[in-house]
Amino acid sequence: MANKRTRAYSRAKWLPHVFLVIASLLFAAPFLWMLSTSFKPESRIFPQPGKPPQWLPTTEKTDESGRRMITCQDQPGVELRVEENGMHVLLVGGKELRVWPEDFDIQQQFGLHWQNYADAFLRMNFLLNLRNTLFICVSCALGCIASSSLVAYSFARIPWRGRNAMFVLVLATMMLPYQVTLIPMFAVFSKLGWVGTFKPLILPAFFGVPFYIFLLRQFFMGIPQDLSAAARIDGCSEFGIFWRIILPLSKPALATTGLFVFLFEWGDFLNPLVYLQDDRQYTLAVALQQFQSAHESLWGPLMAMSTVITLPILILFFLTQKTFIQGITLTGLKG
Amino acid sequence: MTRHERRDLRNGLLFASPYIAGFLLFTLYPVVASLYYSFCQYNVVRPPAWIGWENYYALFFDDPQFWKSLYNTLYFTAFSVPLGLVFSIGLAMLLNQKVRGMSVYRTVFFLPTIVPIVASSVLWLWVLNPESGLINGMLRQIGIEGPGWIASEHWSKPSLILMSLWGVGGAMVIFLAGLAEVPQTLYEAADIDGASRWMKFRHVTVPMLTPTILFNLVMGLINSLQYFTQVYVMTGGKGTPVDSTMFYPLYLYRNSFYYLRMGYASAMAWLLFLVILAATLALLVSSKRWVHYHGE
Repeated sequence: MANKRTRAYSRAKWLPHVFLVIASLLFAAPFLWMLSTSFKPESRIFPQPGKPPQWLPTTEKTDESGRRMITCQDQPGVELRVEENGMHVLLVGGKELRVWPEDFDIQQQFGLHWQNYADAFLRMNFLLNLRNTLFICVSCALGCIASSSLVAYSFARIPWRGRNAMFVLVLATMMLPYQVTLIPMFAVFSKLGWVGTFKPLILPAFFGVPFYIFLLRQFFMGIPQDLSAAARIDGCSEFGIFWRIILPLSKPALATTGLFVFLFEWGDFLNPLVYLQDDRQYTLAVALQQFQSAHESLWGPLMAMSTVITLPILILFFLTQKTFIQGITLTGLKG
Repeated sequence: MTRHERRDLRNGLLFASPYIAGFLLFTLYPVVASLYYSFCQYNVVRPPAWIGWENYYALFFDDPQFWKSLYNTLYFTAFSVPLGLVFSIGLAMLLNQKVRGMSVYRTVFFLPTIVPIVASSVLWLWVLNPESGLINGMLRQIGIEGPGWIASEHWSKPSLILMSLWGVGGAMVIFLAGLAEVPQTLYEAADIDGASRWMKFRHVTVPMLTPTILFNLVMGLINSLQYFTQVYVMTGGKGTPVDSTMFYPLYLYRNSFYYLRMGYASAMAWLLFLVILAATLALLVSSKRWVHYHGE
């Protein structure tokens, strides 16, 4: 009886692990595949007939004099030259053989083929695209922090008549699909001659963004009211309370806001697609999409570029993981 | 109104003024303008010309592609939202068991949600490639010739649903936080009553999670009805093969910026808005019957 119970207990212990390991492999596989493809030469990207997908990137093995090492009918050898009719001349066991490419394998060894990264950089205006993206991300993050914190302060800390009604309005506008506002905004911005500039992408961030107003309001409400009351008695103005007491206490929430806006703008696609006109203005996301539609089967450079766009996000995430998860929980739960 | 209240009102409005200005400029004006355009023929270059209900009439009675795109988006929503909920709750339950390495697993499940959508779409195009992709390559190893996935008229939507499940990590993190809020005393009480694991899940965990389920359901619904970037990138904005991935927002985008039928597209945008509004309200109203709030 006791034995049976311990066995059931230990099964309960390892069973979740089995599920979790399988699930994490499934979730990680596309990432690993992206990374692996980005380091493979063209000849290894497409699977060899009948062989399983190759996870580790390899490069061709060569001998001291730079000749490719091959295997022909299970025997090792080297490739001497390629003839005009497409036959390869091989040296196997001291004898010269003339064979078609499909009749021998080139020996492989683990190695990283960096050329895909170079190709991707050269085919895109990479540095320019990066600069555009950073400019938009940072401007939007700063604008959104400045404006949303002011508005959130009003909703969280000042008891004015009508503020609840207006807060409901803020929440309601989050439901509004972007498709409804897109066309009139495009019409306005094109009348102003701003299509083809960064203004339509950046300006709205300076007027408070509902999601972040909500997030910051949740945070501000958690700060004890006594602090404001004490400052008021000392003759501090409302803006002084906001600036000298609330903001310094809210650094984590402000950082979360900046981080979320940065990430959102980094990956945003629709707005830059609508408003940016030529490849010198593109953000990385749009540049990658344009590159993809022009070179559909260059999987090596495509995966290299996808890796390059994803990597900064992953690094940022690992550096700020705790802030990140807290921010998501803050908006998801306390509604 | 006392002096105090007047001061609060003035300060409140002053602090909220960026949003008030933003609301007027970037929300109220465009919403009204878009409603007006939806009754007009409009191509941005020339001023809008009033044509009454013609756009709506054409959408409903003259445009099979409109119905096709609505069907595609509803099909996608009907599968990806419930499946996403089940998977995110499942993963959260697994992670909530205080297993070792929990934070590593959580990170792995969460990462796909922060990858730029363009990058993940290009990546999945490669993973789902019929001849050389990862999935069909693996299937071939066990003797199965996989379908054409995104390149096949019948498999393209299931492919996108599969891809959407890769992104359940965001909802999972919210469910994890929800699970952490369930009072342990409820489980202890259930133990005393001799409840099985399933009964505890069904009668303690699920009811306590209902507010979180409602939140994720509403967000999932709104997002999937606006699902755009993935199909745009994966089909080059064409909604191929044979319109099988011509999703509603993509068709709307094409009407606006390819054919410059801005009035027609505005009518589509308003219909989408009404659908989202109706669905959200229906969920909120029904939630009174199935969502339990703490302390009630």
